[in-house]
Amino acid sequence: MASTLRRTTSVIGVAALAAVGLAACGGSSDNSGNNASGVDTTDYSDWCSMKDQLNGKTVTLYTSIVTPEDKPHKDSYKPFEECTGITVKYEGDKDFEKNLPQRAQSGNLPDVAYVPQPGLLQTMVETGKAMPSPESVSKNVDEFFGKDWRAYGSVDDQLYAAPLGANVKSYVWYSPKQFKAKGYKVPETWDDLKKLTAQIAADDANAKPWCAGFASGTATGWPGTDWLEDLMLRTAGPEVYDQWVKHEIPFNDPQVATALDEVGSILKDPKYVNGGFGNVRTIATTTFQDGGQPILKNKCYMHRQASFYAANWPEGTKVAENGDVWAFYLPGDGQSKPVLGGGEFVMSFRDAPEVNAFLTYLSSKEWANEKAKVTSGGWVSANKGLEIKNLKSPIDQQSAEILQDPNSVFRFDGSDMMPSAVGAGSEWTEITNWINGQDTKKTLDNIEKSWPTS
Amino acid sequence: MPALAPTVSAADAASKFGTMFLGLAVFAAVFIGILLIASLFRGKYAEKAQAVAFAGPAILFIALGLLYPAILTIQRSFYSGKFFDLNAGLGNAKAKFVGFDNFQKLWTTPGLPEVFLNTLWWVLLVPSLATGFGLLYAVLVDKAKGEAVAKALIFLPMAISMVGATLIWKFVYYFNGEPGGVQIGLLNAMLTGVGINPHDFLGAFPWNTFFLIVIMIWIQAGFAMTVLSAAIKAIPDDIIEAARLDGVSGIQLFRYVTLPSIRSSLIVVLTTIAIATLKAFDIVQASSGGTLHDSVLANEFYRRSFVTQEPGLGAAIAIVIFLLVTPIIVFNVIQMRKDQA
Repeated sequence: MASTLRRTTSVIGVAALAAVGLAACGGSSDNSGNNASGVDTTDYSDWCSMKDQLNGKTVTLYTSIVTPEDKPHKDSYKPFEECTGITVKYEGDKDFEKNLPQRAQSGNLPDVAYVPQPGLLQTMVETGKAMPSPESVSKNVDEFFGKDWRAYGSVDDQLYAAPLGANVKSYVWYSPKQFKAKGYKVPETWDDLKKLTAQIAADDANAKPWCAGFASGTATGWPGTDWLEDLMLRTAGPEVYDQWVKHEIPFNDPQVATALDEVGSILKDPKYVNGGFGNVRTIATTTFQDGGQPILKNKCYMHRQASFYAANWPEGTKVAENGDVWAFYLPGDGQSKPVLGGGEFVMSFRDAPEVNAFLTYLSSKEWANEKAKVTSGGWVSANKGLEIKNLKSPIDQQSAEILQDPNSVFRFDGSDMMPSAVGAGSEWTEITNWINGQDTKKTLDNIEKSWPTS
Repeated sequence: MPALAPTVSAADAASKFGTMFLGLAVFAAVFIGILLIASLFRGKYAEKAQAVAFAGPAILFIALGLLYPAILTIQRSFYSGKFFDLNAGLGNAKAKFVGFDNFQKLWTTPGLPEVFLNTLWWVLLVPSLATGFGLLYAVLVDKAKGEAVAKALIFLPMAISMVGATLIWKFVYYFNGEPGGVQIGLLNAMLTGVGINPHDFLGAFPWNTFFLIVIMIWIQAGFAMTVLSAAIKAIPDDIIEAARLDGVSGIQLFRYVTLPSIRSSLIVVLTTIAIATLKAFDIVQASSGGTLHDSVLANEFYRRSFVTQEPGLGAAIAIVIFLLVTPIIVFNVIQMRKDQA
């Protein structure tokens, strides 16, 4: 009798466990709004002391970062793997953005994914398979990142992903040597920048002040959308920028037209572009990788592109304030300091101690500094615990300074937050049409028309 | 130190192979079982049972692998939402029935109407010109000296993937817009060599579409040549001899003997290339991604489905492609029936 009873209880126990397991698997789909109760509240901040629980476990990681940038990432996990006994299985895929939503539908999700766009992050939350961040990750984000970064990793005020890396897009690349030889100074305001542009055009008949390249396969046009976003931040301000990104003002609002015309005053003026490549139309067919190269041949003076463009200079080019190339902050009114940028976020699709310990590690200052030490250049994070001296390249150090500057007003790349039909669709193609001669009004009207109704 | 490729442990690989062989063994056992059962039938049912045993699995797999997805695609085209799976998603991302909205978007979405026009040019020009060149070449090299080498040369592009071919042609078309700049592209180097201004072949709308079409013709002409050359060789020598005895000229021989004899092969080649053209997205994808007014339906299907997360619109485009291919296939089948009769 007693033994039968015991067996019954244990059967019930197993069934209950199974039910909990099932609930944990499908849980987030039902109550994504109020997940507070389902969140893992274990403190993982001292992951090294938890080896007895974590040893021998595996965490699968899926990212868009491929060779050669994946190496420093893998290296940065080593201290964590050694002291916890966890194995991180890394998978890089160039078509990550297209494949991740498909994998969610076929039930083949990784434990952890580095998502480079808040828009895709929201889509993944909408699949109902994303895990809200465990408490120790949430604490790290509060401690090491600004409120704006927390907001980009959240959906409906629930944090789903801690920020990982970052990049600064508000840069103008130039040759310090060339500027010095001609006696040009780095401009402090947008108006000064335009005056400098006119002066260069008048001074040098063999070169153009600016060069640009929009071509990038299916994503052709994205460097143009970055231009527009940077000018939106400067002509309309961060608040209007936010409304524009959330579609609280229409895409063809007069303020957007002002910003785009301001871009056009440089990129559509044949006197000012396209140094080293030809006329305005060559911008659409020049790849973004090639876009700034004429600076090295003194065919072009300035190229607006993100910090990651540092990787595109040929080997042996000295990227430094007194080197071959360097980048200055794209100025605004001289007072406020809006910064356009991007970055990746760490999403989780499995609620398990080893996964949550890894998430905690990635959101910590320990990881940010470890990553800085094993990377030769081309990486930076908005993590405030990152010590700038640990970064190896001068441009990364400057980016980290800008990101950590309390006067900076950071805004995430708008096209990465808009619905894909716009941010990865009509905005790219219409800006490409615009540079090929289509007028501002038709361009903005067409993008507004494509904004999804639901 | 070079980055090492991820290594698969031996045990892992062994277990994967084990699973694979087990799967094959089960498949073989089931198949043999079905045939054994079919062989048990005697009398008037025997033939039917055997027909089912042989054709059944094939029909089943076609239904699972072709019909079922086709039905899902048709269903998908009537729904909104971000995901292919109609049941996936929460809130606004979840699919809702929207009737013919996705089909309406085919002409209201800026940029899509011109895609139809581009596709029309592709379908008109590629099959006719590729077949024309292939036929001309096949006739010219037939029984000529060095025929094998000549044929291999024109057939080679068929062995290159479309992406590879596009990359090769991108170098041929390469354009340096800087006044007086060095043209490293073959065509522009030739143009500037004889004093003509270089042309932006892949950038300048509307002609860029036609320069992409040239790539597809270059690939497909080899296929047309091979099939048509075989058909020409299959014409019985006595017919040609009889025609010669009747005193026909070379052109007459081609018009009244060769052409009618290879008619069925010609139709197969034309329709095959037409279908391949409607489905080809690689060339556009690998050149500009369809961003310079040069997109085609197959590329738009991919872009709307996977890049811009509008699977409903993507499905609608897929159905349009299907509807455009159908008459070509029907025509093909009717012609084959005629030839058999």
